[in-house]
Amino acid sequence: MSNSFLRKLIFDEKIRSLVVQTLIIGIFALIIYLITQQTAYNLEKRGIGTGFGFLNMSAGYDISIRLIPYTSESTHFRAYLVGLINTLMISICGCFLATILGFLVGIIRLSSNWLFRNIAYVYVEFTRNVPVLLQIILYYTILLYLPKIKQAFVLFDTFYITNRGIYSPSPIFKDGFSIVAWSFVIAIIFTIFLKKYFKKKQEQTGKQYPIFYVNSALIIFTPIIFFYIMGMPLDFDHPILKGFNFKGGMVVRPEFMGMLLGLSIYTAAFISETVRSGIMSVSKGQREASQALGLKNNLVLRLIVIPQALRVIIPPLTSQYLNLTKNSSLGIAIGYADLVHGFGGISLNQTGKAIEIMSMVMVTYLTISLTISLFMNIYNKAVQFKGNA
Amino acid sequence: MSSSISFTHNKYYSWCRNNLFSSWINGIITILSIYFIYEVSSFFLNWTIFEADFVNNFRGEKITDRTFCSKNIEPGQHGACWAIIIVRFHQFIYGFYPVEEAWRVNLVYGLLPFALVGIFFDNLPFRKYFIYFTFLFPFIGYFLLYGGAGLDVVGTSKWGGLLVTLFLGVTGILLAFPLSIILALGRRSKMPVIKTICIIFIEFIRGVPLITLLFTANVMLPLFLPEGVRPDNLLRALVAVTLFQSAYMAEAIRGGLQAIPKGQLEAAQSLGLTYWQSTRKIILPQALKISIPPIVNTCIGLFKDTSLVLIIGLFDLLGVGRAAVADIDWAKLHYEVYVFISLVFFIFCFGMSRYSLYLEKKLKTDNS
Repeated sequence: MSNSFLRKLIFDEKIRSLVVQTLIIGIFALIIYLITQQTAYNLEKRGIGTGFGFLNMSAGYDISIRLIPYTSESTHFRAYLVGLINTLMISICGCFLATILGFLVGIIRLSSNWLFRNIAYVYVEFTRNVPVLLQIILYYTILLYLPKIKQAFVLFDTFYITNRGIYSPSPIFKDGFSIVAWSFVIAIIFTIFLKKYFKKKQEQTGKQYPIFYVNSALIIFTPIIFFYIMGMPLDFDHPILKGFNFKGGMVVRPEFMGMLLGLSIYTAAFISETVRSGIMSVSKGQREASQALGLKNNLVLRLIVIPQALRVIIPPLTSQYLNLTKNSSLGIAIGYADLVHGFGGISLNQTGKAIEIMSMVMVTYLTISLTISLFMNIYNKAVQFKGNA
Repeated sequence: MSSSISFTHNKYYSWCRNNLFSSWINGIITILSIYFIYEVSSFFLNWTIFEADFVNNFRGEKITDRTFCSKNIEPGQHGACWAIIIVRFHQFIYGFYPVEEAWRVNLVYGLLPFALVGIFFDNLPFRKYFIYFTFLFPFIGYFLLYGGAGLDVVGTSKWGGLLVTLFLGVTGILLAFPLSIILALGRRSKMPVIKTICIIFIEFIRGVPLITLLFTANVMLPLFLPEGVRPDNLLRALVAVTLFQSAYMAEAIRGGLQAIPKGQLEAAQSLGLTYWQSTRKIILPQALKISIPPIVNTCIGLFKDTSLVLIIGLFDLLGVGRAAVADIDWAKLHYEVYVFISLVFFIFCFGMSRYSLYLEKKLKTDNS
């Protein structure tokens, strides 16, 4: 009896896998139990309680870069929100800039001009082989050597470039501006329908319509016309030097600029490589065939090459966006008040709630990562080849 | 057109014609590019070499602090002041390692190529012995660096600079390698429990920034462990770096595993090999071979990411550089320090990426 049981244990695949898995669950449960016991003991000894009650306590530190109201009396949860918004802000701006720069460099890398494409090559090799943290610190240092506030470098009489940031006028929206904004939105929705209509017409009659020009004109001129009709409901608050600092206007801090430059220049190098390999993956025959059909060069690019290249580009582009978002956590090195710097750093030091705070930060990053993957997967499905499965 | 045909026998002319002046737009771009290259390289070369100070300033005095730098004596006239690198060279390479014991670090640096060459080149004579040495190397290296048994003990708090960067990079990669194979196999396992655990681990690590892992290891590891056990800071960072690297490496290996046709496993099993036999002798050798280029790419990433440990207070290459910049005697020589560190990272990372390209080319010819 016991002999056959042992035989089954070793040779029956199903039972063996069941035993192995139960064993692993048991070991994991034991490890987790031991760690929780130990942690509870250690926490008690240090006099640190557990729980998320601290989130409602006053944070007691200031954050200079913020999009929502925040003072040093605000709660830790408020600090978390400010950090989260700053992380999202730098990630979105970084992804945007890195995409533009990356596509530009990727296309230059394919230029027929030997010198031009090798300049891009040198850029790519030098930026992607140097740590992004070092680049962020380096660009930040350069920004700190800009002129002091008193000797601000003035651009077009409106922008003041200083080592404490770039000061620019801030817009003040008066009544009626919302109508201008809505006219812009409606113009965009209208052009989408117009495009569909023109396309249908083209399929029926074969006649081509200047869709692009009509739509661009609509999107640009509708808001401008409404702007004048409403009597220009927009004012600017210009920054004015008072004492040692500027009053009024908006400011882009060097911490933000340093992060933005570092992240986008670094990531652009990687994006340019994916763009290059994506475009190269479209076989030469496709290009030649479309040229043989009489398509012009820009149409070949727009209708034949780019749609096929995008299928190859999107998946690695997604992982570059994810990397950029994760790298935005390096703000702590230059004092950019992102999630890790404010909430994960200062709040943690003040409250000592390491477990709660670190798990909140990690779950937040996981959520951001998963959201980006989700949206990029949806977009990826939309551009994939729709013929055979 | 007809006049240019007579010149095409000259290969330099035709090369220039095709690659630089194929159209008038290209011609303009070429001229602008030449101007751009001239401006950038003349500025950079002047700053780094021709107008720079190395040991002595332009008056011929030995540079002992920043006030002796030519560019601080005559502002706007001179280039870099490399004396900060030369004076602090020991710190950049060894950290705070005692000068009289530095030979031990040198020995480890010297042995490192021998430990790696066996992995990198498969047509090496006596490769087997080099591989044995690779496995012994971490222990020899740790003994030499840390000391004990006759050698003076040098605590890890005294390690720094390139030593910490290389230690974290090399040890992290070597330790992560076996772990990543287990994770990659586990993720493809038929047992749901193992598969779930591996997927959760890999996706969790890949979903959060390394800096949060470093923070966690730094703050939470002491909480998890019994009172007497207090891993030092370098070890905590090593744990985080290893876990981080193993998740990324596992994905690279999984890519290799997926590329192996199913028939290979079926053939192995029909010969009567067990799961472990067929994995070890049939699947893994093939899968690892094709996944080496992506593995090397993750290694480049990790090597760069080791610079993050400065945020948790370790003195890696960049950390030592920041300390050098903060020193009052040498303050405001940021660019010299950062350019030097960039160059060191560039040499290592560029070398690795060239190696990865070489492998990719070799694999292509092997398979066809």
